[in-house]
Amino acid sequence: MTPEQLLYTKSHEWAYIQTDSAGDKIATVGLSTFALELLTDLVYVDLPEVGRRVTAGEPLGEIESVKAVSDIYSPVDGEVVEINTALADNLAGLADDPYDAGWFVKIKITDESSLSGLLDYAAYQKQCEEEDH
Amino acid sequence: MLDAIGVDSIDDLFAMVPDELRLDRPLDLPAAMGEIELSAHMAGLAAKNTSAGRAACFLGGGSYDHFIPAVVDSIASRSEFYTSYTPYQAEAAQGNLQAIFEYQTLITQLTGMDVSNSSLYDGGSAAAEAVMMSLGVTRRSGRVVVAASVHPEYRQVLATYLANLDTELITVGTPEGTVSPEELEAALTDQTACVLIQHPNFFGCLEDVDAIAEITHRARALLIVSVDPISLGILKRPGDYGADVMVAEGQSLGTAMSFGGPYLGIMACREKFVRRMPGRLVGQTVDRRGRRCWVLTLQTREQHIRREKATSNICTNQGLIALRAAVYLALMGPKGMQEVAELCLQKARYAAEQLTTAGSLSCAFNKPTFKEFVVRVEGDVDQLLQSALAEGIFAGVPLRQWYPELADCLLLAVTEKRTKEEIDRLAAVLK
Repeated sequence: MTPEQLLYTKSHEWAYIQTDSAGDKIATVGLSTFALELLTDLVYVDLPEVGRRVTAGEPLGEIESVKAVSDIYSPVDGEVVEINTALADNLAGLADDPYDAGWFVKIKITDESSLSGLLDYAAYQKQCEEEDH
Repeated sequence: MLDAIGVDSIDDLFAMVPDELRLDRPLDLPAAMGEIELSAHMAGLAAKNTSAGRAACFLGGGSYDHFIPAVVDSIASRSEFYTSYTPYQAEAAQGNLQAIFEYQTLITQLTGMDVSNSSLYDGGSAAAEAVMMSLGVTRRSGRVVVAASVHPEYRQVLATYLANLDTELITVGTPEGTVSPEELEAALTDQTACVLIQHPNFFGCLEDVDAIAEITHRARALLIVSVDPISLGILKRPGDYGADVMVAEGQSLGTAMSFGGPYLGIMACREKFVRRMPGRLVGQTVDRRGRRCWVLTLQTREQHIRREKATSNICTNQGLIALRAAVYLALMGPKGMQEVAELCLQKARYAAEQLTTAGSLSCAFNKPTFKEFVVRVEGDVDQLLQSALAEGIFAGVPLRQWYPELADCLLLAVTEKRTKEEIDRLAAVLK
């Protein structure tokens, strides 16, 4: 997928929304290139367990770089259905491929109205440009 | 100095202090003494105290009169150790880091746990920090369950830590001296973060740790055990019966009773919880030339990096007392620890028998004990303690202050230092 296809939070998570075979809406969630570049060298990621209920805007995990620990915020309301178990061993490569191999969790969306708070690519780009100054 | 800061006189410097707040006469102090005079004066004041060294001490309840080998003072009083504080410019203090690393290694060996931090303040705050840690690990904050047989002052510290959280602190009673597994099970909910027990417990009794571990883990809560490190010379290690976090008061390991401090908070946990563990942590690595060296590691847990999301606001440790514990443990070795524990057990057993056979005293609980036990007294507890004191004996800790139902009870501790003669004298006075 490409950055243009994704929705974003103001806190730099991306979400890719798909409908699965059962008709449920699934959000695949990761961190944007912009955020990963700010974090610099990553050393640890703490992801939630499958089944955990998450709320848009609330922390679902943590990512740790050599300089800081940051919360990863959920973009949507829902339930964690899958986590990227390969991520922990490949943190060094995360910044090279943040939108495919670099996903963190998949969340079954339970309240679609939580999507309305997300930014599209253009709006997110604008926010990043403002933060850069 | 007045010149340097640009003030003409000392009066000018204090000009902003209002007149009504000023003392217009000399302080009411005696005349200055010379060094000889002062030493004699201080010795006279000190002689008013009866120290544990001059009495036969059967006091326990968290602070114990164990023997301290001379080597401990000899090493700990070296100025490189004695004057240094917790490493803030850490890697410049390789000797200190190495000593702490050795301490951590010895603690993991003693306790059977995976990782030890570089120490906390004391047994009470270590227990409370372990409980806070369990809230983070389990992501449950509804309830914390603690046994009434945990040191009452540790429970007070814990209550203070939890005072401004929504977490409910539930105390499981121990009327028979130990936790009842059925009552513990009934207290657990799916929002319970941890169970905190003490083993051997405050009354000296051994808890049914296997049953407690099983029940706690079935509820997916963490088991936190506060132990007496001396007991580990003879008892199963917390890591071997499934403790998730182990804490202890480390005073017994080479530090004097000293009126209650400074003491040593020991904390060790299973490896998977290390990122939630509070306190400093020393790791071993190699420098750019491949030589062994030490660093502070996993510092992102700590307050100066993580700010308000830190696992704890403790960014320091009890370095000198931890060093004493490391020297003590290294000197004793597994065999020495076993011998000390066996001596405590045997002497405590002898004391309990002497006290409770044919006399007015009885054992309060019918449970296996280690080096402490509780006796029930006929008559006035304070009077009994006074008459023992007159004989040069600290006979025990009255339990009334924490347990109204045990108002007629005394907690006695018997360490390896107590002699048969002292125990017999104690029995003669108390009976």
